[in-house]
Amino acid sequence: MNPAQGPIFNTEEHAQELTILERVWRHPRGIFGWLSFTTHQAIGMRYIVTAFIFLLAGGIEALLMRTQLAFPNNTFLGPDRYNEIFTTHGTTMMFLFAVPVMEGMAVYLVPLMLGTRNVAFPRLNAFGYWMYLGGCLFLYWGVFTNTAPDIGWFAYPPLSGPEFSPGKRPDFWAQMITFTEVSAMCVAAEIIATIFKMRAPGMSLNRIPMYCWSMLVQSFMVIFAMPAIMIASSMLLSDRTVSTHFVNPAEGGDPLMFQHVFWFFGHPEVYIIFIPALGMVSSIVISSSRRQVFGYTAIVLSLIATGFIGFGLWVHHMFATGLPQIGEAYFTAASMMIAITSGVQIFCWIATLWTGRLRMTAAMYFVFGFIAIFVLGGLTGVVLASVPLDLQVHDTYFVVAHFHYVLIGGALFPLFGAFHHWFPKMTGQMIDEKLGKITFWILFMGFNLTFFPMHILGLKGMPRRVYTYPPDMGWAAASGLATVGAFVIAIGGLLFIANVLWSRKHGKLAGNNPWDADSLEWAAASPPKNYNFAYLPAVTSRYPLWVAPEDQVIVTGLRNDRREVLVTTLMDAEPHHRYVLPPPSIWPFLTAVAVTIGFAGSVFNAWYITWGSILSGICFIGWFWPRRPVELEP
Amino acid sequence: MTAEPMKPATLVSTILLLVLNGCAGHQQSAVDAAGPQAGRIETLFWFFLAILGAVFIIVMAAAAWTLTKRHRGIEQEPLERTHLPPPQTETRLTRVVTIATIATVVILFVLLVSSIVTGKGMAEFANSKNPMVIEVTGWQWWWQVRYQNSDPQQVLDTANEIHIPVGRPVMIRGTSQDVIHSFWVPNLHGKRDLIPSRITTEWIEADHPGVFRGQCAEFCGLQHAHMSVWVVAEPGDKFQAWFNSQLQPAPAPTDPVLQRGQQVFLNYACVYCHTIRGTTAAGQNGPDLTHFGTRQGLAANTLPNSMGNLGGWIVNPQSVKPGNHMATIAVNPDDLQPLLQYLQSLK
Repeated sequence: MNPAQGPIFNTEEHAQELTILERVWRHPRGIFGWLSFTTHQAIGMRYIVTAFIFLLAGGIEALLMRTQLAFPNNTFLGPDRYNEIFTTHGTTMMFLFAVPVMEGMAVYLVPLMLGTRNVAFPRLNAFGYWMYLGGCLFLYWGVFTNTAPDIGWFAYPPLSGPEFSPGKRPDFWAQMITFTEVSAMCVAAEIIATIFKMRAPGMSLNRIPMYCWSMLVQSFMVIFAMPAIMIASSMLLSDRTVSTHFVNPAEGGDPLMFQHVFWFFGHPEVYIIFIPALGMVSSIVISSSRRQVFGYTAIVLSLIATGFIGFGLWVHHMFATGLPQIGEAYFTAASMMIAITSGVQIFCWIATLWTGRLRMTAAMYFVFGFIAIFVLGGLTGVVLASVPLDLQVHDTYFVVAHFHYVLIGGALFPLFGAFHHWFPKMTGQMIDEKLGKITFWILFMGFNLTFFPMHILGLKGMPRRVYTYPPDMGWAAASGLATVGAFVIAIGGLLFIANVLWSRKHGKLAGNNPWDADSLEWAAASPPKNYNFAYLPAVTSRYPLWVAPEDQVIVTGLRNDRREVLVTTLMDAEPHHRYVLPPPSIWPFLTAVAVTIGFAGSVFNAWYITWGSILSGICFIGWFWPRRPVELEP
Repeated sequence: MTAEPMKPATLVSTILLLVLNGCAGHQQSAVDAAGPQAGRIETLFWFFLAILGAVFIIVMAAAAWTLTKRHRGIEQEPLERTHLPPPQTETRLTRVVTIATIATVVILFVLLVSSIVTGKGMAEFANSKNPMVIEVTGWQWWWQVRYQNSDPQQVLDTANEIHIPVGRPVMIRGTSQDVIHSFWVPNLHGKRDLIPSRITTEWIEADHPGVFRGQCAEFCGLQHAHMSVWVVAEPGDKFQAWFNSQLQPAPAPTDPVLQRGQQVFLNYACVYCHTIRGTTAAGQNGPDLTHFGTRQGLAANTLPNSMGNLGGWIVNPQSVKPGNHMATIAVNPDDLQPLLQYLQSLK
């Protein structure tokens, strides 16, 4: 059922209402206007496009590394450049691509799926994006001024400390963290508030779309994990700038504490990246198999359990530091438990696909690729959970293979599937399915060619993070193969970009619901209007577009002459009160600039913290200056 | 001494490893165990591989089966109006998924127990009688090695090459002088981090003679790639002979060229960092060179130890191993040859 159909929508009154909505939600004009956007579609798209650019940057860095490692004793890159590049690659992919792109997708999709008009805190949303962009520019400022971090994306002290890394390189790493974490926290807060309080009436907790469940779990994980990395990077930064000796062993600090705090974030980080991807997989599986998902409750509980267990196994990154045996056994067990929750989800999807009417879209190809790669990566993860095995394969290419299987297979393939799945919604045009399937095959083959040999390299004793290796180790063939594979992946990436550009120009018009899918975003126009829905929908089932009564229920009584949305109750999504969202504003951008000045400057001079705080204070006053909700002149 | 561990899947291992690499380079491999510790891990690995491999195949088959019964085409009628298969199908699916989940739990439990049992077996080494204690200290980018002994006369300092007697447990007491390193000789055992201001321990034992390569496994800066160590496992008597000869101070040279070389060494800045026992050179910031001529490699085994390589290394260490901490000393060309000959004579 499409809520935009039916007799009442054809009246003149309706046309008038639409004009008013258009005007209220119109984007401000001009360059300042562009910097003031607060609609979730615009911000979400900015996240996605920016993150995609940094995926390309990280990809280029990967190609440079693979070129260096193609032959033994290669001199394409020296050790210094190589260390900068592998650090920047990891940092970019984790902080500037994977997390933000998942956040961007959520900012775009969650309000649509929930049947509301925007996220709960539109200005915070805009601020979060500008902070993320600030972090991107900050790190790459370092890259282009020969101050790219060269201490690994984990930045273990004392190597990253002032004694062994003079200069500013680790400071750029540590402060970039602050930027992106501020951004991640902003998104997490607003996603949680949006999902808890702004669902369409009738969308009780047991009717939330699977993707929104995954984002809810992910956002809570962000809120608990990100403070840990901010503590770790701040300890490192203050050791470096004001000699606090938190993690300096020479002065009684403890470098292992840094590792604990870092991995308390670092392991959940993996789930922060791939739990949203699991939600995407669920969405694609449901709409492509054209049946209700099998085991909704089991999948949701598995997601939640993953969120909890994910915090209990960071120590498996530190087995080689030598812990007491009983502690190790605990963390082995916890690490293996993750395989149960992941397994349940895989089983439920396969069961859904078995009994559905499967339609093999390009997105579905990526889902099958995801199942193959992610299961293999999960199984090698079980190997890493075992202490004795981990002692051998830890910090070798086996681990490199493992986490690329988990992250590329577990997050990037679903993400590409999601791009193909939601492209019609985001642009209003169909993406070329045939090219999409060719892209899949190239990426799938290139991926396995690159990363499968790395399992064997690791078992044959090749450590990670080496800029070169001797010819007589027997590593050259597999290494060369991996390099070839990396370039195949690059071809797949270029093909995807070409497909997007071509389809933007020549793609068929999509219509509201080209896949005949189940969730509310497909009831909105493609691309969605700034206000998403002319009338906010009410839902009566878990699959509102599939299982709906003959008369679509809609929300009435909201004022359209200001940015008003409906707030509903937490459990049952009963209408609670009306909530006016603020109009567009330049202040989030200006605040982000002020904070950026403080963060970036403090790397060079502690006084910038003062200047940045004063400027931010001024900006916050502007941001929160009380005023009446903007109403249209009649 | 423990019996040689079984290798139930040697065939699979050989095939897997031959597929890509031929049979070169087994001196640094986690799946070519040369001692009980690595042997236990290797056995456990093949056990894991067999079970997890089977799981992978089953899951892939289940996923692929969905493809055999699909109904193509967007215009196809969806499942009834409810988008739900009949209830009996759902019941059957519930049963299948429940069984699969229970199987997952059971398999993981088996793997967990086998892993813990292996770990306990390896930990029993800590009760070994009469172990040999070797202190390994990581430096950017070389290994300092000290054979500990309650008798100070029997304490031996060396670097980058460790000899151990076959069949005798050896305790590696590791620490670091600067950043975190990780000591890893895969044919003998997994890795153990070397952490400044802490001491970590690891027990190794070789069950047959051989030469095994190890490499730093924790990223430690510019030359992380060139920080390797040789472990030479020898029969007891051969080891003892090596040990006794290494304990001796360097003999005073009699040949005039070598005497000249020794003077060169002592007059240049070499002495600030290097020790040659039996001379006045007692620097503590670089590898002990007392028996340098017996070692297989130089610059932490970046290069094989030969006269030519040594010359290149001393004249321009930065070209061989960029970023390393050895000072570049302008050696007078006339002095170089005697110096090289003297160093190579330190047997």
